[in-house]
Amino acid sequence: MDVKMTITEKIIAAHAEKERVVPGELVRVKVDLALANDITAPLSIKELEKHGIDQIADPGKVVLVADHNTPCKDIPSAQNVKLMRDFARKYGIPHFFEGGNVGIEHVLLPELGLVLPGDLVVGADSHTCTYGALGAFSTGMGSTDIAAAWALGETWLKVPESLRFVFEGEPQPFVTGKDFILFTIGQIGVDGARYCAMEFTGSAISRLSMDERFTMANMAIEAGAKNGIMEADEKTLHYVRSTGARREPKLYRSDADAWYRNTFTIDVSKIEPQVALPHLPENTRSVQSLPRIEIQQAVIGSCTNGRIEDLRMAASILRGRKVHPGVRLLIFPGSPRVLLEAEKEGLLRVFLEAGAVLAPPSCGPCLGGHLGVLAEGERCISTTNRNFVGRMGHVKSEVYLANPYIAASSAVLGYIAGPDKL
Amino acid sequence: MLIRGKVIKFGDNVDTDVIIPARYLTSSDPMELARHCMEDLDPTFAKRVTKETVLVAGRNFGCGSSREHAPLSIKASGVQAVIAESFARIFYRNAINIGLPILESAEAARRIKEGDEVEITLETGIIRNCTTGETFQAQAFPPFLQEIIAQGGLMNLVKKRVSS
Ligand code: SF4
Repeated sequence: MDVKMTITEKIIAAHAEKERVVPGELVRVKVDLALANDITAPLSIKELEKHGIDQIADPGKVVLVADHNTPCKDIPSAQNVKLMRDFARKYGIPHFFEGGNVGIEHVLLPELGLVLPGDLVVGADSHTCTYGALGAFSTGMGSTDIAAAWALGETWLKVPESLRFVFEGEPQPFVTGKDFILFTIGQIGVDGARYCAMEFTGSAISRLSMDERFTMANMAIEAGAKNGIMEADEKTLHYVRSTGARREPKLYRSDADAWYRNTFTIDVSKIEPQVALPHLPENTRSVQSLPRIEIQQAVIGSCTNGRIEDLRMAASILRGRKVHPGVRLLIFPGSPRVLLEAEKEGLLRVFLEAGAVLAPPSCGPCLGGHLGVLAEGERCISTTNRNFVGRMGHVKSEVYLANPYIAASSAVLGYIAGPDKL
Repeated sequence: MLIRGKVIKFGDNVDTDVIIPARYLTSSDPMELARHCMEDLDPTFAKRVTKETVLVAGRNFGCGSSREHAPLSIKASGVQAVIAESFARIFYRNAINIGLPILESAEAARRIKEGDEVEITLETGIIRNCTTGETFQAQAFPPFLQEIIAQGGLMNLVKKRVSS
């Protein structure tokens, strides 16, 4: 029987050791990697201990990244990282990251070659969907699910229906993958892809760099999706080879006449640089249409836009300019490798001369944890992915989401605007 | 199992950052988390919630982060069950895994009002509004999830499989 499947269905079928799967079906799947961080891992570890389970199916498939509240902001955070460290030692888990090895998990794992095309990855972090940019199936779950995956080496999934997003056309200046995804979320809403796979395709996706593809897949969860995914191409394979990955990638493609619940075609030449207003990522507008919105903080970094290209975009705006005196610009490179590359290219000097604060690779302000929390009434333009109430600090603070060009130009201007206003 | 409670009602897209803000996530103690449950959305919630509270909410309840601290804090605060028009998927899994009863019914979520008394029969998914006399049928759980619920959470199932 000639069965048509999407890339998401094919990867799930392969990991369920089945010929085919159909949307809605519940399957048990083998996992290639199961990730947790310093907020979610402690709960997973405690769940295992509470139930007297001391079996880890394959320690090589466990990844622990202490990226959220690190460098540890207080004693409870330090205790949490200690718990992870002891757990990693006890079970001989090789992929435990802290200190100078730590980067934001979703920047770190791909660049270390830990996730490859065709993999099935689960993580106790909702932005685990980022790895879809490599042509992998990856999705976020809770701590208990991840504890179960560590113990058993497998998990259960409901096969999602797929939504196809076809991006065509040439983008305007300063329009990036971030704008594609913000625009899309603005169109379909924060639950527009709930429980679905978002498959990104089309010539405009082929032209995107890997870094921009990661940005897009990262925000699939902001539309409620289970995963975001793109087929691997030459760029993907080139990227994967550059990581020194030790396993072989597996390439899957959607069949031409696979079933989709819906197909959306987006002409990217019509997209202007986007800003998502508080307090939902779906509140998107073109930056041109905004009134004068003054800001007190700008954040460039995170698992959404903390990669080298993001820093290059920011530096291209900040070179020879100064951050507005009323604004704190915080720059968070996503990983040690990104930081080193930025140093080599002279970007760090650009940032420091512009008056930015350079922070270590960490989630930091993205979730209002530390290293840049907002006070009552403060506004922040940020390249991160969420602008919920209180996300970055005080319940009466505001977060505006945008790409690195807009964040950088707003930091210079003191209000939200694109580079054309400089 | 029969659950009875008085309703506290919320709107659409209640996200995990307002259910339990990240600043409290250095703790995983359910009682500590419960003290701050919903505080950014409704600072009076911790005072109003009792051991006989049922939450009713709109679309996409629990969207955002994967933090299991969210359903844990709701459960520890005393909430007996959450009825919503729809749930975000990670929250849905987490709630089942930790044994927080959740029910999906668009009609119930729309028609039940703040302060109403409701009665829920978990096995059948029937929700009765004792204040108005209306009844609603929530979506049934697939058998696999029923098994997790019957075992009292995912880890009990895992433990069985590990030891067999
Ligand atoms: S950078 Fe922000 S969104 Fe990404 S993993 Fe860290 S806290 Fe989550």
